[in-house]
Amino acid sequence: MSQHTPLHAAHLAAGARMVDFAGWDMPVNYGSQIEEHHAVRSDAGMFDVSHMLALDLTGEGATAYLRTLLANDVAKLGTLGKALYSCMLNDAGGVIDDLIVYYFAANHFRIVVNAGTADKDVAWMRKQIAALGANVTLDARRDLAMIAVQGPNARAKTWHAIPGSEAASVGLKPFFGAELGDMLIARTGYTGEDGFEITLPAANATDTWNALIAAGVAPCGLGARDTLRLEAGMNLYGQDMDEDTSPLDAGLAWTVDFKDPGRNFIGRAALEAAPASRQVLGLILEDRGVLRAHQTVFTEHGEGETTSGSFSPTLQKAIAFARLPLGVEAGDAVEVDIRGKRLKARAVKLPFARHGKALV
Amino acid sequence: MNTPAELKYTKSHEWVRVEADGTVTVGITDHAQEALGDIVFLELPEAGRTVAAGEECAVVESVKAASDIYAPLGGEIVAANDDAVDAPESVNADAYATWLFKLKPDNLADADALLDAAAYTAIAGAD
Repeated sequence: MSQHTPLHAAHLAAGARMVDFAGWDMPVNYGSQIEEHHAVRSDAGMFDVSHMLALDLTGEGATAYLRTLLANDVAKLGTLGKALYSCMLNDAGGVIDDLIVYYFAANHFRIVVNAGTADKDVAWMRKQIAALGANVTLDARRDLAMIAVQGPNARAKTWHAIPGSEAASVGLKPFFGAELGDMLIARTGYTGEDGFEITLPAANATDTWNALIAAGVAPCGLGARDTLRLEAGMNLYGQDMDEDTSPLDAGLAWTVDFKDPGRNFIGRAALEAAPASRQVLGLILEDRGVLRAHQTVFTEHGEGETTSGSFSPTLQKAIAFARLPLGVEAGDAVEVDIRGKRLKARAVKLPFARHGKALV
Repeated sequence: MNTPAELKYTKSHEWVRVEADGTVTVGITDHAQEALGDIVFLELPEAGRTVAAGEECAVVESVKAASDIYAPLGGEIVAANDDAVDAPESVNADAYATWLFKLKPDNLADADALLDAAAYTAIAGAD
């Protein structure tokens, strides 16, 4: 039996096509995923992301615990509402999950993890609490819903829909959040556009969702979410990295903080012993076709593999992330095996598109 | 579900129209295009190719996924719809007006064994 978010009935009422995603019955689109994609790039769209799990970490040992648990360094936070993207690694340096952590106080953080990994994440976090003897409490917040409102007009339409939200969030810089009553409004997202991710009590989710629709925000499904994040050069856990992948090979070196030599985070020794062996670049298909995950890429420096691929509604071409041999450079011509044919593609720097514009 | 009564169907969601000249015209059903979502690429067979019944002979790709299309009958491909290749979204707009290929069956009588609209609707509705 699949799980339902607090907005499940609202999706059915809006005519969503539902699919199973990590055990959750979620909207893949409400008609056309390409139109939903364009709505986010050009105006405002919203996603139910309540299947993701919010966790509250409290206690005197919270900062020290997270500095060991996470590959990025929460010591960079220290300002109310500031958010940090990080991988959580195993001892071998593989990625258990990628997550966002918000700072509320030195003894209070909010962590948001992926739906498909939530159970193993919590088990891992609890195991490390015990192993480190950390003085912290970890609470799963399934009482909360999350709505991501994204697009150039997302903030203005949110302010129109949610009373008091403008005063609470107008001063937020990107990657900061602010509380409004029992709501957290954060200027974050997974689309490459401006906007908010709003965390709120499940009981209020449907009213807020409907108010956002009334303000002209288009409901968007997981289909558009995937093409938007792909254009924006953002990894998807389970596809672009997993427990057998080093973040250094998955284009996530920028999220691993080695600066403090005294910070012995889990996975550090393994990463230091095995520097990057691959790099991640974008591919644009020059021939007709569609790039998908797990296609072989032929380069002058050897073979690589695509990890995610689709059709880019912004570029009107097929695009992919590819894990390629070191030595391949942006601009290089490569070939991709699609159903036994070698098609021409070009390696490019990520992202492909952000803030409504193609960048390649 | 839009399932015209005058067409024949396959379990793999192709529609088949028997033409007066003894050829058949093949496309994908409205149910199939809706399940696939926005279609962005078609790979169609070349005229002259011989196919067996049930053989993979075309690919329809949506933003979401690639889907194989099977020959409903054995025979020779006599035409592919190049206009559809240039505008794959026309399959979403009207799946029955946008044919994919035409086939000259080895044995036209085999078409009688394909599903009728009621039988296909029952199968597709159970998906």
